[in-house]
Amino acid sequence: MKHLLSAADLDRDAAVRILDTAAELAATQGREIKKLPTLRGRTVVNLFFEDSTRTRISFETAAKRLSADVINFAAKGSSVSKGESLKDTALTLQAMGADAVVIRHQASGAPHLLANSGWVQAAVVNAGDGTHQHPTQALLDAYTLRRHLVGPQPAGQDLAGLRVAVVGDVLHSRVARSNVDLLHTLGARVTLVAPPTLLPVGVEAWPCDVSYHLDEVLEQGPDAVMMLRVQRERMSSAGGGFFPGPLEYSRRYGLDARRLAVLPSHAIVMHPGPMNRGLEISAEAADSPQAVIVEQVANGVAVRMAVLYLLLAGGRREDVA
Amino acid sequence: MTDYLLRGARPLGGEPADVLISGGVIAAVRADDDAPRADAHVIDAAGLVLLPGLVDLHTHLREPGREDAETVESGTRAAALGGFTAVHAMANTNPVADTAGVVEQVYHLGRRAGWVDVFPVGAVSIGLEGERLAELGAMADSEARVRVFSDDGKCVSDPVLMRRALEYVKALDGVIAQHAQEPRLTEHAQMHEGVVSAQIGLAGWPAVAEEAIIARDVLLAEHVGSRLHVCHLSTAGSVEIVRWAKGRGIDVTAEVTPHHLVLTDELARGYDARFKVNPPLRTQADVDAVRAGLADGTIDIVATDHAPHTVEDKDCEWAAAAFGMTGLETALSVVQEAMVDTGLLDWADVARVLSSAPARIGRVEDRHGRPIAVGEPANLTLVDPAARRTVDPRTQATASPNTPYRGRELPGRVAATFLRGRATVLDGKAVLGA
Repeated sequence: MKHLLSAADLDRDAAVRILDTAAELAATQGREIKKLPTLRGRTVVNLFFEDSTRTRISFETAAKRLSADVINFAAKGSSVSKGESLKDTALTLQAMGADAVVIRHQASGAPHLLANSGWVQAAVVNAGDGTHQHPTQALLDAYTLRRHLVGPQPAGQDLAGLRVAVVGDVLHSRVARSNVDLLHTLGARVTLVAPPTLLPVGVEAWPCDVSYHLDEVLEQGPDAVMMLRVQRERMSSAGGGFFPGPLEYSRRYGLDARRLAVLPSHAIVMHPGPMNRGLEISAEAADSPQAVIVEQVANGVAVRMAVLYLLLAGGRREDVA
Repeated sequence: MTDYLLRGARPLGGEPADVLISGGVIAAVRADDDAPRADAHVIDAAGLVLLPGLVDLHTHLREPGREDAETVESGTRAAALGGFTAVHAMANTNPVADTAGVVEQVYHLGRRAGWVDVFPVGAVSIGLEGERLAELGAMADSEARVRVFSDDGKCVSDPVLMRRALEYVKALDGVIAQHAQEPRLTEHAQMHEGVVSAQIGLAGWPAVAEEAIIARDVLLAEHVGSRLHVCHLSTAGSVEIVRWAKGRGIDVTAEVTPHHLVLTDELARGYDARFKVNPPLRTQADVDAVRAGLADGTIDIVATDHAPHTVEDKDCEWAAAAFGMTGLETALSVVQEAMVDTGLLDWADVARVLSSAPARIGRVEDRHGRPIAVGEPANLTLVDPAARRTVDPRTQATASPNTPYRGRELPGRVAATFLRGRATVLDGKAVLGA
């Protein structure tokens, strides 16, 4: 693995290996001294063209726990806004000797361009590009699903047979695309639930089921429900007018106490954050014992450690002490 | 002026003949001319196909305004190398070609360059803003003698403005060439909306945004009894609508680009912005439909939509990149690959779709797209259909590198081009001969 650009690039074994490595690394994180020497002397650049404090500090924490040097590069003026071009930014990072570039960008395909242009030699990790992919989010979601829903000894296991509902704005969601790809690869059965206006034309070719009706899907007893963030501006006509308003959205697609009660007791509630409480998820659902939303954040650090480790240390397993 | 004897050329792909070019016209077409012509430049044209000089109804020469991407000189040299003897230069320059002054400037730049005849297209609306009609009459009456009007790059989306434009050009023997793109349905659109756009996360440009405008416009053209030309038709549905309209007797013509005959939206997967174009590359089903439409005459012509862009405007994120690809130097080869080598068209058909029909639509059929016969102006293209070449933007004449065929092997090579008897291309190289 030279880069991590898309969840679709991972086959089952590669994905399971990342999850297993994340589990091993997570086991070291209960120690008083959390830092491992594995990436000492290596430089990881967090190149963020789009604000995302959560994702950036998750990657920063992961890299620092592996003793890498971390440079945060908030490149607000991308070539989209006619500032410095992606190419010049990339050449600058190359000149500074970056070993890995973690890139977040509003344009779909920007990490792909960075990895394949020849501008940088570094490993490229996609930390979210436009409405395309966010592979480490899918990996942390898969890790969380496996921890809760796959036996007492999950190492080496995939997600075969699990049923996961992904609910919300699929059209604009890189999280949904990444999860459909990865969870399918790992053997889970994904059902996307959204109003038709928030599903892309062409979704019928994705390896998943699609429903417009949340209540019907919940009655089928999924093992997990993943709620996607819905942006309020999508309701205005200027924002596309994708649905009539927040109340109608909550009534039809929000996870509230009533719907929570329909879920099987073993089912978990997930959300990539940040949540719109009262819109796609109610406080009762977000704070219920079935919700694993805070744990997802912790798992994100472990999964990102695993990805950086496998990309930069070439998977020399003995380094994991 | 040098006389040229094309020995053994096959006019329109037919039986070999010796064709003598003298005094700017075709002086002789003889089956077997053994008589030595010491005074003529003899070209061994055995096996080569002789076509009327190609006519492009849709070229972006970028001058005035974006001389870093193309100039009239570089663009028309590229045209000559591609076998063209006439191009219609689109109006979306800076300033926009919406006055007699600008169209005359472009016309004179073309004359000065001398590679092909440049026929400026006039803007339909002032500044391409889609609000008020430009002075179409002044452009028609100018030295540039404009007959084709288009806001290409933008759609004349206001139905009332489109109606007025269609009506108004009836007095000018003009035609409205519509860039069919419903603007609200294509806000932020990046590529064809379908399976590929859903997977790679680029905002979709739905086929219906093209088809809805074409459907409206053919009905408007019927209602006011005017002439409509549909630019760069790209979808199977558009072919069906034009077929229906022609069946009703509506005066509509349509063009397809070379790239929509061979390339599909699958190419967007690598996020290489050389494949970003407007209208976007569609699906294989659309490619099959436009080929069939061109073969059965529903689509009248092939036009390049040659759209040069600088490296900076393409070597960036897909969403930030400009729409468009170059095409003048590859058009004939692509048509050969897609239509001739597949048996869908013969060379006489190629002469129709790339020369006589566009000349007629552009109202330059008195000078271009003529039969290969004695006394006709010697606007001619000699093509070697057996040759194969690998496309390399560094060896092209266009000032921009954004060819979608880089590294691709294409059939056919333009050996020579003649503009009114004067060689502009000889042995595949641009020359400005006597």
